[in-house]
Amino acid sequence: MSRDDDVLVVGAGQAGVQVACLLRDAGHRGAVTLVGEEPVPPYQRPPLSKGFLTGSLGADALALRDQDYWGARDIGLVLGEAVTEVVRGGHGSGRARTDRGRTVAFDRLVLATGATPRRLDVPGGDADGVLTLRTLADAGRLRDRLRAARDVVVVGGGFIGLEVAATAAALGARVVVLEAGSRILGRVVSEATAQHLAAHHHANGVEIRTRARIVEVVTDGGDARAVLTTDGAVRADLVLVGIGAAPRTGLAASLGLRTDGGVVVDEHALASDGTTLAVGDCTVLADPTPWGDGETSVRLESVDHAVEHAATAVRTILGESTPHTAVPWFWSDQGSAKLQIVGLRRPGDVATLRPSGSGRHVVGFHRRGRLVAAEVVGSPAEFMALRTLLGARHPVPVEVFADPEVALRQLAKQARSATVTAR
Amino acid sequence: MPKVFYTQPDGTVVAVAASPGDSVMATAVRNGVSGVVGQCGGSLSCATCHVYVDEAHRDELGTPGEDEDEMLDCTASDREDSSRLSCQLIIGEGDVHVTVPPEQL
Ligand SMILES: Cc1cc2nc3c(=O)[nH]c(=O)nc-3n(C[C@H](O)[C@H](O)[C@H](O)COP(=O)(O)OP(=O)(O)OC[C@H]3O[C@@H](n4cnc5c(N)ncnc54)[C@H](O)[C@@H]3O)c2cc1C
Ligand code: FES
Repeated sequence: MSRDDDVLVVGAGQAGVQVACLLRDAGHRGAVTLVGEEPVPPYQRPPLSKGFLTGSLGADALALRDQDYWGARDIGLVLGEAVTEVVRGGHGSGRARTDRGRTVAFDRLVLATGATPRRLDVPGGDADGVLTLRTLADAGRLRDRLRAARDVVVVGGGFIGLEVAATAAALGARVVVLEAGSRILGRVVSEATAQHLAAHHHANGVEIRTRARIVEVVTDGGDARAVLTTDGAVRADLVLVGIGAAPRTGLAASLGLRTDGGVVVDEHALASDGTTLAVGDCTVLADPTPWGDGETSVRLESVDHAVEHAATAVRTILGESTPHTAVPWFWSDQGSAKLQIVGLRRPGDVATLRPSGSGRHVVGFHRRGRLVAAEVVGSPAEFMALRTLLGARHPVPVEVFADPEVALRQLAKQARSATVTAR
Repeated sequence: MPKVFYTQPDGTVVAVAASPGDSVMATAVRNGVSGVVGQCGGSLSCATCHVYVDEAHRDELGTPGEDEDEMLDCTASDREDSSRLSCQLIIGEGDVHVTVPPEQL
């Protein structure tokens, strides 16, 4: 590992871009090549299900870096080509080949291949008018179709499904969310927060049907007409499938790297061969929170994780192996409701609702008396205070958390000055 | 073309050509100006885009909205009268001068 290594980053998304940029920021001297299969310059995904769909943000506004940035930093940006094959030499080095026949030699390989949306596995599930959302191209199609759509069915009550549902309803469509589980956001937020958000969506005209079993997408001339469930048919001229994304592990597997619901990486972002790095949505790693048990594996799909994980990988490349610890955070804007999550909740954690103003919702999770995670809707300042407190590992006992007289912002300030002094 | 001048905590100044209508945050991030992170892309979720705005154009850049105002109380570097979240600062026809704080959340 050295500053002169030629680094190849596969995947020009949030994590891959961050690796390339941070390498240069840190004074890396070797070649840095970033290969992405999408034909457009690297962009942010979060607005694809929000501002980009409503039209408040154009494609230009999504760019992660300016056009001249890459040349100025001497980063080789290859777009519209997928890495399809990697041949290994010794000590982690090798050659990669793209589907356009280009070869790139490297000393260090970084996989930042992201994830791909799961498809609806029923008859008609691949018809025109049945869309998934991951890329700018997907979002362009969805936006065009949404303009004309009257009946939108969203399959899956997860983050992306609910964000699109809120946007579609705001654009005037009749929206039905079909969720297989007993409630929305089943895996990702607590019961209390799910209820709060369900009420929000209901108030905005989005209908949510839980325990939905989809049998077929009824089509007419290739276009969706209805979604058939075991409880009957729901009219649809547009179906958005938001049932999660599968990590893209193909390349890793072809290299013989261990994959288990993602490319398995250690606390230095190293894959099982000990030299290939992998970052972001395509990886699984041990719970990185200070309260992690070292056994529970997680796959995190968020901008924050992509960015922080990239920083860890870059430190590893530069030989400054600091293990990856983090208190991950996430946001999801669902219409006017801003959901923010910090930390990783686990079954058994004790949920405590913090009394807060109308429209606001703040719930904390304690494990053995220690605050380990929080979910906040409609209160970004309270969220920041909680993020600071968790980041500083400041103890916030249940009584303190639940006491509306305690100003979290004040506590956060104290926690911050305490950590500064401790340094 | 207007320019944004970013003064770093160590006093060095980075000048970046900007487009009217873009934010001070996006302009910094897209050009790799260090110290402005902008993790949430300007959706008022992260407060990693805190800057101090030069006295001269505080008026033209408006005042913080309610969420921004509350969030500014929680920034990693202390809030001052001139503190703003730069994703909310929209560049007009004129130059803008800001100072980057030593720390972001
Ligand atoms: C619609 C949507 C909304 C979101 N909203 C939020 C949000 O509000 N908040 C939040 O925190 N997160 C959000 N996310 C998640 C966030 O965008 C991801 O976690 C983040 O983009 C992950 O970065 P990544 O680099 O790991 O993967 P990606 O950004 O997916 O990048 C991977 C890239 O690698 C490319 N690639 C894959 N294989 C190859 C190959 N063999 N050769 C070349 N290129 C390849 C892919 O084409 C892709 O461009 C959202 C995601 C989506 C899709
Ligand atoms: S960029 Fe996140 S609040 Fe400004």
